[in-house]
Amino acid sequence: MIGKSMWSAAAAVAILASVAGTVAAGPYDDGQSKKYYETMKGKRVAFVPLSMGFDLTEGWNAALQNQAKALGYTVDVRDPNWNVEAAVQAVNGFIADKPDVLILHPLDQQAYNRLVPKAQKEGIYVVQVNLKSVVNGDAYVGTDWYDMGVRQAQLMAKTCGKAAGKNGKVAIVTGQAATPTVIIGNQGMDDVFAEHPDIKIVAKQSADFDPSKAQAVTSTILKQNPDLCGIIGIWDGQDTGVAAAVREAGMQDQVFFISQGGGNKAAACDNIANGNFDAYFSYDVPGQGRDLNAAVKILLQTKPKPGSAAFALYTPLKLITKDSLTASSCWTLDQLKRDGG
Amino acid sequence: MLRGLNQERIVFTIAVVLFVLFSVLLPGFLSAGNLLSLIQNVSILGILGVAMAIAIIGRGIDLSILSTMPVSAAWLLTLVNGGMPIGLAFVCALGFVIAVGIINGTLIAYVEIPAIFATLAMGIVVYGFGKAFMTPIDAVYTGRGESWFYAIGSGRVLGIPSPVIVFALVAAAAFLFLRTLKPGRFIYGMGDNPLAARVTGIPVRPMIILQYVIISIIALIAGIVMATALAGINTRLALSTMVYDVILVVVLGGIGLAGGKGGIRNVVVGTLLIGILLNGMTIMNLTYTVQSILKSVILLLAIVADTLLNPRDEQTAQHGDI
Repeated sequence: MIGKSMWSAAAAVAILASVAGTVAAGPYDDGQSKKYYETMKGKRVAFVPLSMGFDLTEGWNAALQNQAKALGYTVDVRDPNWNVEAAVQAVNGFIADKPDVLILHPLDQQAYNRLVPKAQKEGIYVVQVNLKSVVNGDAYVGTDWYDMGVRQAQLMAKTCGKAAGKNGKVAIVTGQAATPTVIIGNQGMDDVFAEHPDIKIVAKQSADFDPSKAQAVTSTILKQNPDLCGIIGIWDGQDTGVAAAVREAGMQDQVFFISQGGGNKAAACDNIANGNFDAYFSYDVPGQGRDLNAAVKILLQTKPKPGSAAFALYTPLKLITKDSLTASSCWTLDQLKRDGG
Repeated sequence: MLRGLNQERIVFTIAVVLFVLFSVLLPGFLSAGNLLSLIQNVSILGILGVAMAIAIIGRGIDLSILSTMPVSAAWLLTLVNGGMPIGLAFVCALGFVIAVGIINGTLIAYVEIPAIFATLAMGIVVYGFGKAFMTPIDAVYTGRGESWFYAIGSGRVLGIPSPVIVFALVAAAAFLFLRTLKPGRFIYGMGDNPLAARVTGIPVRPMIILQYVIISIIALIAGIVMATALAGINTRLALSTMVYDVILVVVLGGIGLAGGKGGIRNVVVGTLLIGILLNGMTIMNLTYTVQSILKSVILLLAIVADTLLNPRDEQTAQHGDI
């Protein structure tokens, strides 16, 4: 008798204890969430942008830091300040440090060709953002530059071509020749224009990503081609110079100007609103920040062998014109720092 | 017979030859609109050239102007975008460039660091300080204000683009300063022979500080023109090679690096040659790389021609020649 009640009392205590134990174990586990938080906690992510201090990299970094803070891991940034050699050093330093994920934003298509496999051999996942080396890492998050060139050229062909009753005279103001943006984007444009014999490229000049050079080049092109129908730009930071030249020549109504960039409000939407740009293809930095965080989370949870299961998250491009412009078409850094990622 | 051909005249001749060639060969080159835009496109280079000339004539050099220019202008825009009245923001930027000038001048005059090293280091300091504390983002855009301030770089007066007018005003002011004012004459004296200048009683050290303050202020003017012309400015200019373009304009025009020689006219001639070259090559739709090659070849030719016609010897060579 006594033995039986002893046993049942012991069982009751055990049940109570296990219930109390579940309560003490903290938040609800749906079968994945507990493991998710445990996986992310304490991890180390390293980020080498081509430079900090401009809208794209500051935006991505804001998104990365927000998620890191929320999930209890760290994102360390080394800023090579537009210097390829400094960037290579920074990457080498990080590889020696052995973080879990290495995020790269290469200025030069070739510079990281050896570093990507080296990092992977050390067991580090490599994510490349918006620009990538010839060698693929574990994930690419960013623009499909070929698609960018195609979309810009198609819009230009539609606006300035025969179908629109225009003369088809178009100028292209490009940037530094070694970047994927220029190399791959130009290929996209060439392929589209090859199908549109009514479009005539009257000038194709590089302005070296420098707005003052862009202004000089554009003003000369406009003087030479007073009947120009459209201009295609390569990056909003340079394109303000193109827009300045068009405005100065009093040709804003005549020349259709297509720009592109990360969709920062001051660089994109303000310029659409005041008529500097007629159309703008945005690769939407807040979206890229979210994708970047997703890539980090996917790699850390699925744990493939580095280099064995590469994937890409190409950014859907967003066309912004005066007609489609809304308060949420663009972003500001303050907003991203507050709730990005 | 060819002895009368100094470098300024050689460059001027090359400029005239190119001008005639382009006028005949390139349709549209000789239109009034194109000629104005030709000068407009090099006016910022010209304004910086004037500043650099003042440094080089006084046997100095200022490599920091390409940091001072974008950082001060970007700070001005940052302050205005943050709600400060333009006048007050300008006073702040002016204060900043004057401080930079004073530090440059003090390092050179009192600490006696050679100008080339003092200003090289100072340029990095200004860029780094600016990036860390004054303008967190490289590219700063002008707001949408309606003030006349925004027309400094993008407006027109009597049909002439305003950057051209600012260039003309800066050049005229510097010309009068160097020609007619005592401090201006002192700069020539210091450049020709600093020791003799000192013995004669010229206050060489304070004069050096004044010299670099003036240079910094001209850099701010160039920065304002650039920012208002392009609706924004990028501090990354400090990392570009534009400072070499500025030195080239000055040296190409015939201002010797040894100091004491030349004047503002040389800067104007050098600037015009570069302007004609760039404009003609853009009309011909040459690629960026080919343009750079042609530009440097013509610059080399001008310098070689000068060396052949005016060889250096014991009399003309000076201590401190680079």
